[in-house]
Amino acid sequence: MNLFTPLSWNDTGFILTGILNTVYISVVAIIVGSLLGLLVGFIRAESNKSVNMFLGAFLDILRSVPLIIQLILFTTFIGAMGYPLDPFVAGSIILSLYTMAFMSEVFRSGFDSVPENMVKAARSLGMTYMQTVRYVRVPIGMRAVFPSWLGVALSVIKDSALVSVIGYMELLRTAEQLISRTQQPLMILIGVGLFYFMISYPLSRYGKYVERKMEI
Amino acid sequence: MIEIKGVHKSFGDLEVLKGIDLTVKRGEVVSIIGASGSGKSTLLYCINAIESINGGNILVDGVDVHDKNTDKNKLRENLGMVFQQWNSFPHLTVLENAALAPQVVKGFSKEKAEAIAKKELIHVGLGDKLDEYPTKMSGGQQQRLAIARALAMDPPYMLFDEVTSALDPELVGEVLDTLRLLRDDGMTMICVTHEIAFAKEVSDKVAFFHKGLIEEIGTPQEVLDNPQKERTQQFLSKVL
Amino acid sequence: MNNYEFHWNVVFDAFPQLLAGAFTTLHVSVLSMLVGIVIAVLLALGKMSNSKVFYHIANVWVEIARNTPALFLIYMAYFGLGAYGIHLSPYFAVFSALVFINAGYLAETFRGGFQSIPTTQYSAAKSLGMNNIKVYRYVILPQMFRRIYHPMTNQFVWSILMSSLGILVGMDELSGETQRLQSTSFRTLEFFMVAAVMYFVMTKLVLFISSLIAKRVFKGEIS
Repeated sequence: MNLFTPLSWNDTGFILTGILNTVYISVVAIIVGSLLGLLVGFIRAESNKSVNMFLGAFLDILRSVPLIIQLILFTTFIGAMGYPLDPFVAGSIILSLYTMAFMSEVFRSGFDSVPENMVKAARSLGMTYMQTVRYVRVPIGMRAVFPSWLGVALSVIKDSALVSVIGYMELLRTAEQLISRTQQPLMILIGVGLFYFMISYPLSRYGKYVERKMEI
Repeated sequence: MIEIKGVHKSFGDLEVLKGIDLTVKRGEVVSIIGASGSGKSTLLYCINAIESINGGNILVDGVDVHDKNTDKNKLRENLGMVFQQWNSFPHLTVLENAALAPQVVKGFSKEKAEAIAKKELIHVGLGDKLDEYPTKMSGGQQQRLAIARALAMDPPYMLFDEVTSALDPELVGEVLDTLRLLRDDGMTMICVTHEIAFAKEVSDKVAFFHKGLIEEIGTPQEVLDNPQKERTQQFLSKVL
Repeated sequence: MNNYEFHWNVVFDAFPQLLAGAFTTLHVSVLSMLVGIVIAVLLALGKMSNSKVFYHIANVWVEIARNTPALFLIYMAYFGLGAYGIHLSPYFAVFSALVFINAGYLAETFRGGFQSIPTTQYSAAKSLGMNNIKVYRYVILPQMFRRIYHPMTNQFVWSILMSSLGILVGMDELSGETQRLQSTSFRTLEFFMVAAVMYFVMTKLVLFISSLIAKRVFKGEIS
C-alpha cells in the first residue's frame, strides 16, 4: 500500500483553504472571546454578589453543554426562527461565546489577584476609579494571566475543528473529504495533526517558559 | 550515648564538615551555635542518616549509623528530630499527626497510639487542639506539635534544628519553654540554635562551629562567658 | 417572526432512547477515565524517571495528547487505523481517543501533584522511622490525592462533554442518538434542546457528587 503519494495541486489548494478557514475562525474567536471575556471578567471581579451569580450561571451553562451541541442548537434555532446564518458567522458567534466563558474566568482571577492594598494606595494618591483601573488593576492583573490566556487560546484552535459540524469547511473537515477522495487517510491525517501540533506545542512551551519566569 | 568521630561530609566539591568529634552522654543537653553555613544542621542530618557521610563514623548506643547493614528506619525510632520548618502533615489532625508513627512504625493499635500522642500533646500544651488541622494553627503551635510528634515515638535522644528560627518573635518563647520542659524531664538533647541566652541556660555543653569544624567546646560559662578563641569572640560579639 | 411550532411529544416518546444514549455517554466517559488513570500513572512515572527511553515515550504521548484536537485523534482511530485494516467501531474509536487524551492530561496532573509536595514532608516522615513505603502511603500519597482530586473531576466532566464528538462518527452516545432520532422526526430543535439540558444535568450531577465525596473524605481540611 502506497502511503505517501504526493497530493495534486487541486488537493493541496483544498487543504490550504481548510487551514485558512481554521485560522480565520480561531483568530476571530480568540479576539472576540478575549475582549468579551475581559469585560465580563472585570465586571465579575468588581461586582456585588447578585450580578456575579447571574453572570456566573450564564457562563456556567456555556461551559456545561458540549460545544457541538451549542453549535447545532444555535444553527437550528436561527434557522427555525427564519434567520439562517452563514456557517462562518454562526460558528464564530458560538465559538466566541464559548471562548468568552473560559476567558472570563482567566481574567476574573487576574483582576482578583491584584492586592487590594495597591488599589488603596493608588486611591490615596488621588487617582479616580477609572485611573486605578487603567494604571493599577489592568497592568498588574493582566501580567499574571498570560499563561492561562494562552492555554485557552490554544484550546480554541483545537476546538475550531468542531465547527465543521455546521458545515464550516475548516481543516479537519477538508481533510476528511480529501481522505474519502484520495483514500490516503494516514498521510493526510498525520499532516493535519502535525499542523495543529506545530502551532500548539511551541506556543505552549513558550507559555510555560513565561510562567516559570514570572514565578521567580 | 552518641559518639561522633572524625566525621567528614561533602556536598559535591564543597566540604561542609571537616572532621567533627563530639560525644553526647545520656541526659546531656548540648547546644551547637555558629554562623549559617558552618555545618551545624548538616551534622544533625548525618546523625539520623538523612544525609550520608564521607568519612569518620557516628555511633548511637554503639550502633554505627552509616554502616550498610544498619536498619536506618529502626535507628530513627530512637532519634527524634524537629526541623526549623515544622513540617506538620497537613492532611491529618493534630492528634493523628502525633499518633501516626507509633501506629504505623511501632505497630501500636490506634487506641494505644492515640493515647500516647494525647499524653505528649498535653505535655507540650496542645491538649485542647487535638482535632484541629495544623495549617490552622500558629507556627509556634505547629512547632510544638512537631516536638510532641517526635516525643510520641519515645526516643532516648532528641535533635533540634534551629527550631525557633522560623518563628515570629512572640511565638519563640512557647517553644523554648517546651524545650526547657524536656530538659527538666531528663531528655538527651542536641540543639542547633541561634538563641544564645537559651543555650546558656539549658545546656551542659556548648559547641561553637566555624566553617565545618568545632572551634571551641565547653560549658556555657566557658564558651559563652569566657571564650578563648578569637573567632568565638567575634561571633558572640556580633550576635549578643 | 416566530413561525416555528414546538412539538415536544415526539421527544418525550423517544426519551428512553435519549436516556440510553446518555448512559452510553456516561459509561464511555467512566471507562476512559479508569483506563486513562492507569496509563497516566505510568506516564507520570515515565516523565519523572531517569531513563531517557521512558521519559521520551511518556513525553511524546503527553504532548500529542495536549496539542492536537480530540476530533483529530478520533479520526486517527477511526479512519487512520482503517488504512491498516483495523476497523474500530465508533464507540471504540471515541473511547481510544478519550483514553489517549485523559492519560496525557492526567499524567501532568499527577506529576504536578506529586512534585508539589515539599521534600521536607518526606524528611519529616523518615525521621519518625517510617520506611519508604510507609512514607508514601501515609504522608505523600494522601496529600497528592487531595491536590489531584479537583483536576480529576474536571477531566471527567471534560470526557462527558467531549464524548459528544461521537456524533461525527456515528456513535450512539447522547449526541449521536439525538441526531439519529431527530433525523427521522425532523424535530431537530426540540431534540437538541433536550440533549443540551441532559448534558447540563449530567455535568452538574457529577460536580455535585464530586463535592459531596470531597466533603466526606477531606473533612474540611485545607491542604
